[in-house]
Amino acid sequence: MAEEMSGAEMVIRALQDQGVEHIFGYPGGAVLPIYDAIFQQDKVQHILVRHEQGATHMAEGYARSTGKVGCVLVTSGPGATNAVTGLTDALLDSIPMVCISGQVATPLIGSDAFQECDTVGITRNCTKHNYLVKSVEDLPRILHEAFYIASSGRPGPVVIDVPKDVQFAIGDYYKPAAHTSHKSYRPQIEGDHKAIEEAVELMMRAKRPIFYTGGGVINSGPEASRNLRELAELTGFPVTSTLMGLGAFPASSSQWMGMLGMHGTYEANMAMHDCDLMINIGARFDDRITGRVDAFSPNSTKIHVDIDPSSINKNIVIDLPIIGDCNHVLEEMIRIWRTRTNTSREEELKPWWHQIEKWRAVDSLRYKGSDEVIKPQFAIERLAAAVKDKDVYITTEVGQHQMWAAQYFPFDLPNRWMTSGGLGTMGYGLPAAVGVQVAHKDALVIDIAGEASVQMTMQEFSTAVQYRLPIKVFILNNEYMGMVRQWQELLHGGRYSQSYSESLPDFVKMAEAYGGKGIRCEDPKELDAAIKEMIDYDGPVLFDCRVTKEENCFPMIPSGKAHNEMILPDTADVGNIIDDKGKVLV
Amino acid sequence: MNANILPTGSVYSLVADTSAVERHTLSVLVDNEPGILARIAGLFSARGFNIDSLTVSETEHEQGLSRITVVTKANLKVLVQIKRQLERLVPVHRVVDLTATGKSLERELALVKVAGEGDDRIEALRLADAFRAQVVDASTNSFVFEITGKPTKIEQFIALMMPLGLVEVVRTGLAAIARGPEPM
Ligand SMILES: Cc1ncc(C[n+]2csc(CCOP(=O)(O)OP(=O)(O)O)c2C)c(N)n1
Ligand SMILES: [Mg+2]
Repeated sequence: MAEEMSGAEMVIRALQDQGVEHIFGYPGGAVLPIYDAIFQQDKVQHILVRHEQGATHMAEGYARSTGKVGCVLVTSGPGATNAVTGLTDALLDSIPMVCISGQVATPLIGSDAFQECDTVGITRNCTKHNYLVKSVEDLPRILHEAFYIASSGRPGPVVIDVPKDVQFAIGDYYKPAAHTSHKSYRPQIEGDHKAIEEAVELMMRAKRPIFYTGGGVINSGPEASRNLRELAELTGFPVTSTLMGLGAFPASSSQWMGMLGMHGTYEANMAMHDCDLMINIGARFDDRITGRVDAFSPNSTKIHVDIDPSSINKNIVIDLPIIGDCNHVLEEMIRIWRTRTNTSREEELKPWWHQIEKWRAVDSLRYKGSDEVIKPQFAIERLAAAVKDKDVYITTEVGQHQMWAAQYFPFDLPNRWMTSGGLGTMGYGLPAAVGVQVAHKDALVIDIAGEASVQMTMQEFSTAVQYRLPIKVFILNNEYMGMVRQWQELLHGGRYSQSYSESLPDFVKMAEAYGGKGIRCEDPKELDAAIKEMIDYDGPVLFDCRVTKEENCFPMIPSGKAHNEMILPDTADVGNIIDDKGKVLV
Repeated sequence: MNANILPTGSVYSLVADTSAVERHTLSVLVDNEPGILARIAGLFSARGFNIDSLTVSETEHEQGLSRITVVTKANLKVLVQIKRQLERLVPVHRVVDLTATGKSLERELALVKVAGEGDDRIEALRLADAFRAQVVDASTNSFVFEITGKPTKIEQFIALMMPLGLVEVVRTGLAAIARGPEPM
């Protein structure tokens, strides 16, 4: 059973045995033995990044688009500290990731050795779990355990810090056990049957129900998305979703209400506010969703399905918690619903849908078009139209463009939308797109970017060129940190302190300098042709899409306001809507 | 429904919390692995939970288990969060709220150094006897007393020693266990 080998070889063998095909990383002194082991095999392909943060976001994109664990390899000290942003991002968005870091040799730990840092100390609060491997005997167990912990329950990042002497040490390697279990970590997968029955009872009586779904449905696997569709069809209830949950329910369905929350649609937020039964499946009542908690959906009974018991009652008081995996609970709900009823509730839900139609008629995503300049919303609509029939994956950076992408790009399938939701990390999108493209060689992968965000991890364009990954970086260039500028307009009297993107590079030349293709477009009449040129080009593209500079992202629930107090696109005098209390909130 | 959410007037995410704060003792069974204490303490500080007292020590050697006793002050909603967040940590086996589950035994040990002469010295000895504190060190002008008991008893003893020449005190923090035959 056991096979003798070095710690470094064990790392690579464990990756192989865990089915890992790609690892994103960057070498350095403390991981050289592992890089040597990589050199001597060809099952695990290593993608050399340009900055370790890039590696973590690539692993996130890879993981979110495949459902597999994303893997990262970094050296000690600066390698590990550079990975911290991506680890935190993965923690907040529940992305399965295993990050292996090198560490100085065990006798040197604590001596401020060259490139030493307290990696487990630094990453303790930004990982689901982490390990410092003190002996090669522990290494196989820890490696396999890390994959189990990263991918099971509520997924998240796991760091394994491997000192250099442990990498050199010889020990026995064991393959992963057929049935993984852990002595103290035991996530609850099956929801309580009684609670699910009770939920169905409530659903059968509800007059103004709504499904509020989140990233948990995506994490639960494609089967969960299929079951969500089925349950929605059976019940006839409207469906809205968080930013992280987009694609779990098809945007093309008549039951789809659009995204909810701060920049969600009017109908989704009004329905959340006025519903009598809220069925939260795999979402966590984030403050971008609830707005003012004391005015959040005041008259509804709330069901909350979540695999993480700590999410229950954390922000919002729940009437009926169901702890379990979304897919399992959805399956049970469908089964029980079927045994209880076979008649449609269409008639009873008519007044509710009638009300929803009225809200829909407000058309909260309308915007003023233009013949002269490209409106950012228009740019996304044209992009969506151009790729409609393609196998497409979208990533984003963070800012207005991210919200416009969420609002105007329709997703019909899960795992097609990769964005930094919880942490809101500018610089996520480009490397995430690289990671997605590594996993889906022939797909069309587009990063919808802002000109400020994209410069944070721009160097990974070089990674795309190196590995011939034809990612398309579609930059909505408004020459502003638009989201910051919008808040300054709304909250700080239009004093645009440090939010203008000064001295922008020539993105076309930049693309060329990296060995990719650059395209610029500033005329709405030429946009379709330019987008086509981008899609048709077989290689990485930076698309500099010049858009209106001072466009605001609406609708919006301002800080300190309730769901039914949205700013709609043509609300005048936006500078005075947020009161002083709201201004202290972010 | 949002029964315990306050009426409007406050702003989002900043709902004023006026619910009563209670002092609870939690018993946490964990794997005795390196960094476990930092993990627990880090969770409390990262999430803004309060720690009044924290004790840790290996209790089941063969299984490598430690028992951590944490005394915290929070309202009931936060107490549930504390428990859930602790349970979420990978090396945590079980968390029991000893205060919520009913009667539990709580003990603490303190070493109390008192220096003085004459009547003060005699009075200190007399009080120590009444509190069943042991003399574990003595010199011509000082004592070190060892006292065990509920924290309130220890506090009372310390208060009484104050005018009699109290020099310093060390306390172990709380050890707590549920009454009755069952383990936690
Ligand atoms: C790493 C990081 N730093 C700062 C912020 C705060 N922030 C949020 S959006 C934004 C501006 C983004 O500008 P841009 O990428 O041009 O997007 P736009 O809003 O203009 O579409 C900033 C600075 C952040 N989210 N992430
Ligand atoms: Mg911008």
